Amino acid sequence: MSSNAFKRAASHSDSLAHANAAGWGQGFSTLVRITHMTLRHPWQTTFAIGATVIAASLQLMIPKLLGRAIDETQTAMAGGTAGTIAQDALLVTAFVLLAVSILRGVFTMIQNYYGEAVGHHMGYELRLACYEKIQRLSFSFHDSVHSGDLITVGMLDLEGVRMYFSTALIRTVLLSILIGIGAYMLLSTDFTLGLVALSFVPFVAWRSSVTQLRLRATWLDLQERLSVLTRVMEENLGGIRVVRAFAAKDHELAKFDKASQTALDLAHERVGIRVRNTSAMTLSFFAAMGLVLWVGGNKVVVGEITVGTLTSFLTFMTILQMPVRQLGLMVNSYARASTCGTRIFALLDLDVAIKDPVNARELAISDGLLRFEDVGFSYPQLSNRPVLQHLSFEARRGETVGIVGKPGSGKSTLAHLIPRFYDATSGRITIDGQDIRSVTLESLRRAVAVIQQDAFLFTTTIENNIAYGDPWAEEPRIERASESAQLHNYVLGLPMGYGTIVGERGVSLSGGQRQRLSIARTLMLKPAVMVFDDSTAAIDAGTEQRIRIAMRRYAKDRVTIVVAHRLSSLMHADQILFIEDGQIVERGTHESLLAAGGRYKALYDLQVRPGDGLAAMEKTEMGS
Amino acid sequence: MSDENETERNDVRDDGRRPPRAVVGSHRIEEEMFGKVFDGNIVRRIWAFVAPYKMQMLIAVGAVLTFTATQLMIPLIIRYAIDHGIAPGGNHAALAYAIVAFALAILVNFVASYIQETVVGRVAEDVLFDIRRAMFSHLQRVSLSFMDKTEVGRLMSRLQGDVNSMQEFLETSVLSVGDITLLFGIVFVMLYLDFRLGLLTLAVLPILFVVRIFWLPRARIAFMAAHETNSVTNGALAETIHGVRAVKSMGRQRVNFMLYNDKAHANLMTHLRAAKYAQVMVPIVDSLTGVAMALVIVVGGARVLNQALDVGVMVAFLFYIQRFFDPIRSLTLQYSVMQRAMASGQRLTEVLDVPISITDAPDAHVLTPDTDGSVEFRNVVFGYNPKHPVLKNVSFKVNPGETVALVGPTGSGKSSAMALIHRFYDVQQGQVLVGGHDVRNLTQDSLGQQIAMVLQEPFLFTGTVFENIRYHKDSALLDDVIEAAKAVGAHEFIMNLAEGYQTELGERGGNLSLGQRQLISFARALVADAKILVLDEATANIDSYTEMLIQKALVKLLENRTGLVIAHRLATIREADRIIVLQNGQMIEMGDHDALMENGKLYAQLYNLNYSSFDDIPAVEPEWGQAKDSGT
Repeated sequence: MSSNAFKRAASHSDSLAHANAAGWGQGFSTLVRITHMTLRHPWQTTFAIGATVIAASLQLMIPKLLGRAIDETQTAMAGGTAGTIAQDALLVTAFVLLAVSILRGVFTMIQNYYGEAVGHHMGYELRLACYEKIQRLSFSFHDSVHSGDLITVGMLDLEGVRMYFSTALIRTVLLSILIGIGAYMLLSTDFTLGLVALSFVPFVAWRSSVTQLRLRATWLDLQERLSVLTRVMEENLGGIRVVRAFAAKDHELAKFDKASQTALDLAHERVGIRVRNTSAMTLSFFAAMGLVLWVGGNKVVVGEITVGTLTSFLTFMTILQMPVRQLGLMVNSYARASTCGTRIFALLDLDVAIKDPVNARELAISDGLLRFEDVGFSYPQLSNRPVLQHLSFEARRGETVGIVGKPGSGKSTLAHLIPRFYDATSGRITIDGQDIRSVTLESLRRAVAVIQQDAFLFTTTIENNIAYGDPWAEEPRIERASESAQLHNYVLGLPMGYGTIVGERGVSLSGGQRQRLSIARTLMLKPAVMVFDDSTAAIDAGTEQRIRIAMRRYAKDRVTIVVAHRLSSLMHADQILFIEDGQIVERGTHESLLAAGGRYKALYDLQVRPGDGLAAMEKTEMGS
Repeated sequence: MSDENETERNDVRDDGRRPPRAVVGSHRIEEEMFGKVFDGNIVRRIWAFVAPYKMQMLIAVGAVLTFTATQLMIPLIIRYAIDHGIAPGGNHAALAYAIVAFALAILVNFVASYIQETVVGRVAEDVLFDIRRAMFSHLQRVSLSFMDKTEVGRLMSRLQGDVNSMQEFLETSVLSVGDITLLFGIVFVMLYLDFRLGLLTLAVLPILFVVRIFWLPRARIAFMAAHETNSVTNGALAETIHGVRAVKSMGRQRVNFMLYNDKAHANLMTHLRAAKYAQVMVPIVDSLTGVAMALVIVVGGARVLNQALDVGVMVAFLFYIQRFFDPIRSLTLQYSVMQRAMASGQRLTEVLDVPISITDAPDAHVLTPDTDGSVEFRNVVFGYNPKHPVLKNVSFKVNPGETVALVGPTGSGKSSAMALIHRFYDVQQGQVLVGGHDVRNLTQDSLGQQIAMVLQEPFLFTGTVFENIRYHKDSALLDDVIEAAKAVGAHEFIMNLAEGYQTELGERGGNLSLGQRQLISFARALVADAKILVLDEATANIDSYTEMLIQKALVKLLENRTGLVIAHRLATIREADRIIVLQNGQMIEMGDHDALMENGKLYAQLYNLNYSSFDDIPAVEPEWGQAKDSGT
């Protein structure tokens, strides 16, 4: 069920919003599942519901007591013993009323506190579950889902589920008692007057539910329009130099005004929906009160009921007013919990595509031999076009393999197969004879490190970033890795040195600096296979040269794979593979490939002397 | 040493210690949440935005007062009905009067509440959007040096969060007028109905005030803590989601989960604590209500028995008591809203008050399309910090139609020189002339129309390829766009996109490669059809195939235009008519390739090193020491 909803969403490489389309049946089963979750806290749930029942019952007593007090002032006239008795009766009523009020307060407190506590505990459990799942889901999942959508699930949807217990379940109990027992009390006291007093309930309940659902729908719409506005502003400010360069201020303001106006229109409309409704609800409530006063007043005059009873009817109505108005919020909470829950459960129920096999063993490294055996790969969504096919090569400890090819030739994909970021769809990859799909992911990824093209930095100090994969590391090691990656001197030049905060909310580093940091943090891992996935593209050639020299020390203990389009990055490799359309079309050393005079040679000419190389390149283009 | 202990590098030690260098998410809370309760200066600034809606606000306040008055009247009408219409014997006419009065009151109440809420709600939205627009439009004109040193995220939180809390403030401030009126109204009516009973009942009010005064600061700390742990936990989640590939490749899942658990648990605890603080007020308010009602019953009831008081008054008292804690509650909440609004208002005015340093001169000329397109620097001195000029007395002239390459190591002042042509900044000394006019005597708009700029990092907007290429030139048709794309060699890959020119680009052109984005930005500059082209060549290494396309496109782009190119690649430099070599803010060489080679100075040395790109040349000036390239 829900897992399919997510997979559908994921495989359409769209957003999790697809889960919105879940039908009623699914919504209901989601609510059942959330309700079930609350039962994991049996004591708190019991306290909350028990307290709600008691608090609501106590609240129902208050109008009765007030009515009784009024009647007690009417029964006997002043003076003599009758007066003292009446005064004593008043004292008793007042005392009981005080006690009831205090108790009601205490139980309402318990109701609210435990109601929230259950929600917060559920929120805590869901947070952990989502976090764990997000870390475990494979790359192909993350490729297909917007990170913004995942964040929405982990933050907003979680809130929707968290609020369910207190705003939906508890409120349902409260309202059932107030309306149910309250109606019984009123109707049994005086049927006609009871009907009149309750006449506003169905209307307000209906209006409030309809309105809340409409407001919810328009709210989602408004958020969408506001996000367009946000995007317009963000892009404008981020690209302010382009805007200025093109003197496009008026164009940008027009874009802003358009986005702003559509959002404003809807905001106005929402005010209208809300106000029309609250006013109508208030009017219907007061109209019922006026009727009670009229009908009840006449009944008092003819002696059918007492002034006290009339008072208790009127105060009862004031007590009922708020909860009935909030009925819409309750309905809204159910709706929200159901859609939010469906999305969260869809995430939690997802199958992790790449995981440890049964009976997985630890990867044991002996000779450090990496083999690709007739490996093929195609993305599940685009299954008709293979990205890689029939790849076979091997590399042993101390060797370097260079992989070169046009953008889109599949060279990056190849790099991602080794640590099982994706699984090969045919053939197999082995390390020291062990199929990488037969060993634990943890041991495999400890042995294989990929330095990504676009290095993500965490918002923390530079040294913590370098030690990301080895958070127990000590300073000298961090500095040594940083030196090898040619980052050390730059870091020393910063006012805070290795303590400088980088990342999204820290000092921003240039692309080349980020890549160097990424190299440094990978060196900390001491992997058996180290893969550079075009990870020096933003580093200038001189610095890269120095990195390469420093890297020799590391390379002798491991297999190094260098994916790059700049030939100077990989021409020293023991073996160079030229990939085209997912296949190896040329292989050999730099010298042998140059001598062969094929595609590699053409690329080389182009890079060394662009002017002279152009013609050569065009010739081979046409030839191929 | 630690090099050797390879095992368990990622786990908690047995003693439960966390890895010392592991963190998840950042802790920094960036903005002050609360300011002064009242800051006359800020209120005045905000008032300027409300002023256009003065009429509506007056109507709203009138409606609020009317609404409150009807609220106050209803118990009085009930009292009248009980004492005159119902009580002993009954009086049909009086009851009927009461009902008519009741009906009138609730109709007025209906209309007043409708008007009040509609007007307040809409005006608050309007003001919110107005403030946001004022800020946005101001940011379009402030100097680039302000934009350079301000993060986009920070500005966005001004444009959104701070603006929203102003809206909240406006809405609640009108309502609090109603609350204050209601509070005083209830006090007045109760004292008027029966002075002694009123005084006695109202005695509980100060108790609540005192309790809340003690409660509020403590509760607020608890609420803030809950709020803070929320954003800390969510921040950690967001970071993990964004960096999930790094997390997985470096096997940090277990440590991260543990650290996240710490945060989520702290979040749970602070929330439970906040819930305690929030709920502890409930029994207090309920008990005080109970005390007040008990007092009315005992004291008021005795007086009713003695016929010193009408029973209807007693009923009315009971009604008022049920209402009179409401305004106190919302007024104390309003206090926090005020503080938040003042803090936000402070930040908003900071943005609105950023001076606009570059404005059109009153008698500025319009640079017409028939300008010759020459560019001249005359003894230009310029620096972002006046004490440290990045350009020191630079003079050169680019003739109409000529292509000049600017060359020099990082930090030599190339980019600054480019920015001056467009008058992103004003010079400290000397003059920059475009088409023979000092740029300070030209309108900025016309200058922008005659100078097309291509930046190092191609910046694309969300929208279709077509929209991006024509950008603000709405007169350009699809054919013009296609022609431009063909000219720069982008047509082919555009047609390979799912929907050709109508393909929606992802955020900042995310679905295109860097090289492709570069080509689109070339096409955009071509459509702009300016006399002068200023181009900062991309430094990032683009694959050789795209590189080839870009070189060809460049030639096309410079046809019939005056071109100034910050060149990084030798291929580009060799194509130029003239080369200007900058070093440390000074022009040290100028001439064509052959002349400079003959000259045998810096250029020749660099060239002879035989690199394919000028940026590859090591150690002309070390890259380190500069945090960013933005200052060049």
